[in-house]
Amino acid sequence: MAATVDPPTATPTQQPVPQVVTRSVRPEPKGFTSWVTTTDHKRIGIMYMVTTFAFFLMGGAEALLMRLQLGSPDNTLITPGTYNALFTMHGTTMVFLFVVPMMAGFGNYFVPLMIGARDMAFPKLNALSYWLLLAGGIVFYGSLFFGAPEAGWTSYTPLSSVAYSPNGGIDAWIFLVHLTGLSSLIGAVNFYATIANMRAPGMGWGRLPLFVWTILVYSILLILALPVIAAAVTLLLTDRHFGTHFYDPTQGGSPMLWQHLFWFFGHPEVYIMVLPGFGIVSEVLPVFARKPIFGYKAIAASTVVIAFLGLLVWAHHMFTTPSPAVVLVFFMLGSFLIAVPTGVKIFNWIATLWRGTVEFTTALLFCVGFIGTFLMGGITGIFLAVFPVNWQLHDTYFVVAHFHYVLMGGAVFGIFAGIYYWFPKITGRMLSEPLGKASFVLMLIGFHVTFLIQHSMGLSGMPRRIYRYPDVGDLALYNLISTIGSFILALGILLTVINVLRSVKRGTVAGPDPWKGNTLEWFTQSPPPVNNFDILPRVRSVEPMKDIRRQVARQSGGDGDEPVAPTEESLVRG
Amino acid sequence: MNRIPAALRRRSVFLTTCAASLLGSLALAGPAVAGLFGPESGGSPNADRIADLYWIIFAIALVVFVVVEGALIYSLFKFKARKGAVAAQIRGNTRLEIGWTVGAAVILVALAVVTFIKLPGIRTPDNSGANGLELADGTLLAASPTKERPPNGKSLNICVNGQKYVWRFTYADDCTRNDFKAPFAYTTMVVPTDTTVTLDITAQDVIHSWWIPAMGGKMDAVPGHYTHTWMKVPGEKANTTFSGQCAELCGRNHADMVAFVRAVEPAEFEQWLDEREIDVKEANEAAAEQRKEFEGSDDSIEQSSDESTP
Repeated sequence: MAATVDPPTATPTQQPVPQVVTRSVRPEPKGFTSWVTTTDHKRIGIMYMVTTFAFFLMGGAEALLMRLQLGSPDNTLITPGTYNALFTMHGTTMVFLFVVPMMAGFGNYFVPLMIGARDMAFPKLNALSYWLLLAGGIVFYGSLFFGAPEAGWTSYTPLSSVAYSPNGGIDAWIFLVHLTGLSSLIGAVNFYATIANMRAPGMGWGRLPLFVWTILVYSILLILALPVIAAAVTLLLTDRHFGTHFYDPTQGGSPMLWQHLFWFFGHPEVYIMVLPGFGIVSEVLPVFARKPIFGYKAIAASTVVIAFLGLLVWAHHMFTTPSPAVVLVFFMLGSFLIAVPTGVKIFNWIATLWRGTVEFTTALLFCVGFIGTFLMGGITGIFLAVFPVNWQLHDTYFVVAHFHYVLMGGAVFGIFAGIYYWFPKITGRMLSEPLGKASFVLMLIGFHVTFLIQHSMGLSGMPRRIYRYPDVGDLALYNLISTIGSFILALGILLTVINVLRSVKRGTVAGPDPWKGNTLEWFTQSPPPVNNFDILPRVRSVEPMKDIRRQVARQSGGDGDEPVAPTEESLVRG
Repeated sequence: MNRIPAALRRRSVFLTTCAASLLGSLALAGPAVAGLFGPESGGSPNADRIADLYWIIFAIALVVFVVVEGALIYSLFKFKARKGAVAAQIRGNTRLEIGWTVGAAVILVALAVVTFIKLPGIRTPDNSGANGLELADGTLLAASPTKERPPNGKSLNICVNGQKYVWRFTYADDCTRNDFKAPFAYTTMVVPTDTTVTLDITAQDVIHSWWIPAMGGKMDAVPGHYTHTWMKVPGEKANTTFSGQCAELCGRNHADMVAFVRAVEPAEFEQWLDEREIDVKEANEAAAEQRKEFEGSDDSIEQSSDESTP
């Protein structure tokens, strides 16, 4: 069949083809070495995803241990020191070793494919960012054998100073922040350069897939926020070991400096974690609603606005600190403002489903779970933004519930949607849908059982980060419910792990475009060849694959379901 | 045709019953609602006002929650893929999009207005009541700019000092001065009812956070800084002990750093304070005597005045 995507506009140039003369050809590395030496964005992407998922499981195990300890009042299962180490490891792992690099993993694999590029702009730097991440994780978990950090993922001074945390755990934490930060920074520059320079012909900024938009903004946020935390932890390091007093109140320093620097990074970090999740939802929803995304420009613009405002609200984590009222008011109103672009996104997603023909695939279910759960996290965020109310809720289980709704219900559900949506592209095989749906249902129920009741714990006066609580009021019941929920949630995650392990070898063969997707990654084979694309179509809309299918249908008289087989003369050379 | 409305009606009856029973049980549950759905209060007017503000936000949030989740679930099932159904190829609707952007903004403006109306009552302490402790004229100290005083300037000031893992309460007006003669207590703060009590909060080692849920919001105790809050226990709550605990991670025994506030009649409070004053004085004298003895017996050992922690 003659699938004409574009009339040949570019005539081959008449210049002589440069000759490459090779003296010797090294054999392609195989097996283990091929992974260690690879600079292929797809292999690096897979390594990112597998590694970070392993860290996710470790962080999850830490969470389960904490929930076991809190399952009954005055429990003595875990010692206070171990408990503090557990929540420090859990938070740090989830933020620095799971969500942020997992998004980098998706970005690595799919940004070049979605924009029709051969690879990332700097393939060797790309490999470096992966290996720095792994090094960061190993250094951090190495501290388990010497003395784990116990100051929480926020490592507030003076608790993290050498006087109150004498062991090397905090130093391991500082090292992790530096290594993973460098990894993310290099990765972010790489993403930026790739997206800015390597888009397919015809793919202007207005035709950039929304996931790529979010990765672009994610990169910019990383570039702006990471140097600040790098500076902050360096000051902490010199305070701890080289006699400086930046954070030491007895010598004219101030613990407030740490908090400001930390949250100047820490709040954008929240959007760094959740924006790519927004991107995944914005890709998956229109595919399974069989309807274009509603308000492409509004969604892309709100991503940028959220990122901008996200840089201006850091002190809403510090409403109970000694700060003047005008500061509190500024950061309250700033936090309110963020709700507007976030609300716009949610409305646009619902409008994308509206009058569509919604196919209940697992990926779509995770997206819907994401929207519903994230909305609740956003609403409790408004409670926390009102600073007089924050005075009651701050540092309680209400906050724990809030940010798990945002990050677990938000980013993690987005990640799972991405796993179910893109697994066929990565492996060439489908994940089991029934198992996937079971996993979704268990995760959704488990999640809400675990975290909804935590709002009530906080309202009843239970602070976070306590290793035990007395048997007063209904705290024992609330905590028991939460502990049961956490194991349901874990079971749901386990089902997806089983699903992945089973389907890698035995899943149904997917073919290049099992979902009838919209974006260019579905144009190539599954899994894609090393060079990604032999030829590329000229991009004419946000949904190039839909255009191609339509054209095929028009020319073959079919209904557009045939696989795309473009002929060479009909396409622009990639 | 007939069956669907019937089913719908049955469903709506069911939903109404659910909602009614939920609201009914909420109204009947009374104090149980605080803790399950709302913050604790009752120990001080600022806690009550924070709770009021919380419930206003809760009401608005509940409406937003029901409408948006409803729209999500409705569109999911209403537009489920069916045979012959064709998805409408809509790419956007500028008017609608501007509409909901403005709508979201209006809700937030309303929330901001409500907050600003409620704020002064929460931040600025009330005047002491008629049955409260007789207070001297406020020694209007040049305290930090964030410190709020009641309109008449009179309050009982208590210095709160967080230390691993205990709270120290010093009954003094100027917390920056280490007044060794001032009466103090650990863990349990005794306050007179119907009297405005202002707190100057700090810490001497790591950051702690002062929080008695029923008596209002928490304030961090940051070494090198002072934060402020206030409380005024209503008269009928005499002989009540309110409990709370440190709310900022301060080390391994963070969970055990508890605090209590015991409210007593002003007369009983004065008596207690006098007793404490005498105790402190006697202890200071005993310590001075011991030191003299010690110094007299061995001059070579250097002495440091460490008998009192600030």
